[in-house]
Amino acid sequence: MRSLLLNALLKGPAVIEAPKPTGDMLAEVARALGERARRRLGRSLAIREIDAGSCNGCELEIHALNNPVYDIERFGLKFVASPRHADVLLVTGPVTWNMRQALERTYAATPDPKWVVALGDCAAGCGVFAGSNACVGPVSAVIPVDLQLGGCPPQPVEILKGLLGLMAGSNRRSPQAVP
Amino acid sequence: MSTLEAVAIHHLSDGKQPAADGYVRLDVDEAIWRSLAQGCRDGLHALNALWYDEGQMRMALLAPEQRVRAIVSVATANGVYPSVGQYHAPAIRLERAARDLHGVIPFGLPDPRPWLDHGVWPAQPSAVTIPYRFLTSEGEGLHQIAVGPVHAGIIEPGHFRFTANGEAVVRLEERLGYVHKGIEALCKGAGIEQAARIVARISGDSTVAYGFAFARAVEAAWSWQPPARAVLLRGVMAEIERLSHHIGDVGAICNDASFVTIQARCTLLREDILRTANRCFGHRMMMDCIVPGGVIIDLSTDGLAAIRELLIRLEVGFAGVIRAYDRSPTLQDRTVTTGIVTKALAAQFAAGGYVGRASGRAFDARAAFIYPPYGDVAFEVPARSSGDVDARVWVRIEEIAQSTAIIRQLLDRLANEPQGPLRVAHGAAQEGEGAALIEAFRGDLFVCVRLDAGDKVARLHARDASWFQWPLLEAAIEGNIVADFPLCNKSFNCSYSGHDM
Repeated sequence: MRSLLLNALLKGPAVIEAPKPTGDMLAEVARALGERARRRLGRSLAIREIDAGSCNGCELEIHALNNPVYDIERFGLKFVASPRHADVLLVTGPVTWNMRQALERTYAATPDPKWVVALGDCAAGCGVFAGSNACVGPVSAVIPVDLQLGGCPPQPVEILKGLLGLMAGSNRRSPQAVP
Repeated sequence: MSTLEAVAIHHLSDGKQPAADGYVRLDVDEAIWRSLAQGCRDGLHALNALWYDEGQMRMALLAPEQRVRAIVSVATANGVYPSVGQYHAPAIRLERAARDLHGVIPFGLPDPRPWLDHGVWPAQPSAVTIPYRFLTSEGEGLHQIAVGPVHAGIIEPGHFRFTANGEAVVRLEERLGYVHKGIEALCKGAGIEQAARIVARISGDSTVAYGFAFARAVEAAWSWQPPARAVLLRGVMAEIERLSHHIGDVGAICNDASFVTIQARCTLLREDILRTANRCFGHRMMMDCIVPGGVIIDLSTDGLAAIRELLIRLEVGFAGVIRAYDRSPTLQDRTVTTGIVTKALAAQFAAGGYVGRASGRAFDARAAFIYPPYGDVAFEVPARSSGDVDARVWVRIEEIAQSTAIIRQLLDRLANEPQGPLRVAHGAAQEGEGAALIEAFRGDLFVCVRLDAGDKVARLHARDASWFQWPLLEAAIEGNIVADFPLCNKSFNCSYSGHDM
């Protein structure tokens, strides 16, 4: 244990440089977000992850965001354990009929203002599960979606770019509202 | 005539041979079906899968010591067949699921409740008319804790109903099926390329193993031989996938005992693996890289070197993790004697993977029913007998060393294997069936695919290792404290999506 700790101290950080939101991403974010985002939020987002039918691939990459390479909390982004603490719902998977009610209730339990990010090809458009009788459809078929991020699964850097864009977009649009 | 071996020998003495996939196929009457089900109960052979296919209930049975495996079918009469679960509890959830999905009635099944059907599917008239009834526990001072389907962490959805007395768990009951995506129905009528993509997403963490299993099943059905180089590459990918999850989960288990430093180190190692996989195979999880007929991407000389270097970094980095785990009594205080799965239960459920191997069931599909490329590599199957969280951690730690050794052997052979096609075309598509048993990181997974005269899937069945592990988690937590549930759960790391399908 001691050698692990010492090693961690001496080796220096493993963290990568923060990715810059790219043009396309920002454009999408700008479209997705209104001034209300900026008004209520500072530089911090509390994220509640919901698997609404995913194969678990997206979850693995979301997990990776917490590792010391991506170190998501340095950007003010934090995964929280309850929708009651969340600003953003990060939803994965084609929404299954068996998860629909849980998703609706989780959305209802999240205080306003709130944003929904549909993460991965399935959440955005059902992916390979399109046409299944057991799936309701993409996330947008069940709750309003503010931002879609494709990929199967999206790489951690792409998720980070999207979430940073969400924040940057909200900050840029209404500077007067920062408390 | 209740042993599988006796039935199979009788069958083979008729001059029939096991199919190309190694499975003896038997059509039996209800009497033999019952007798085989009782044989599962008596430990003569293991139930490995149970599913419905057009007027037939079918079960895959294994007798690993005799190296016999069979797919046994019984005709359903008006949608009814004798329940296996009435004799052999591990079949109960499988039969409940088949009843929900196909309306087939297991006569004598002791549990009338649905399993995957939550009463909300619009396309099918639901048989579910009453609220789901959890099993009861009676006693003074008992209270219930309901968890999920949406959990506090970043994990898949499922419901856990704990009954506790103070801190001690008296009963845990799982309610699954939330991520049922109708995968088997979706595959019906799909071409093999499309079906391969769907099967690769049954459980994203085992995407290589599922791709591998589907490819082998289709290849068996069509007598299709993948190129030698592709077979080696499949082995490399499968072992890299195993490494990535074993290392990640050892860290996650320690994290659930608040040893965050170990978790941080393990996530770094895991990230290193995924990045190397991305560099070598073009996808961090190597999704869709294995296809029927071969693989889609080769390893360059640079790629071979990159994986060799990765293995060295993993060995050095993980040695520190093992030291930290082994020398932290406060951590072991949480894992030793926590969440014990008895040998008897592991054997009864024929639990695969580290869950079985930590409880004395030294079964590994790579060794018991050898498939390429594992026939030509040397490795051991680590096993323990204490059955606790600690044993499951150690089995994984030891498997990491084995996988590393396997990858090195495969890389040596790849370096000498001439470059060539990675995928061959198949002959004429024909009706046929193939099955495959592949050792995924969490245990053996079974895929059976029946193809029609075009190149379409007529029936696909996949059985994740989790089916026989989830019920054991309920047993493992009994008598433990509620706060140890995350530890127990992570040490199992069962798949929700792989189970719910």
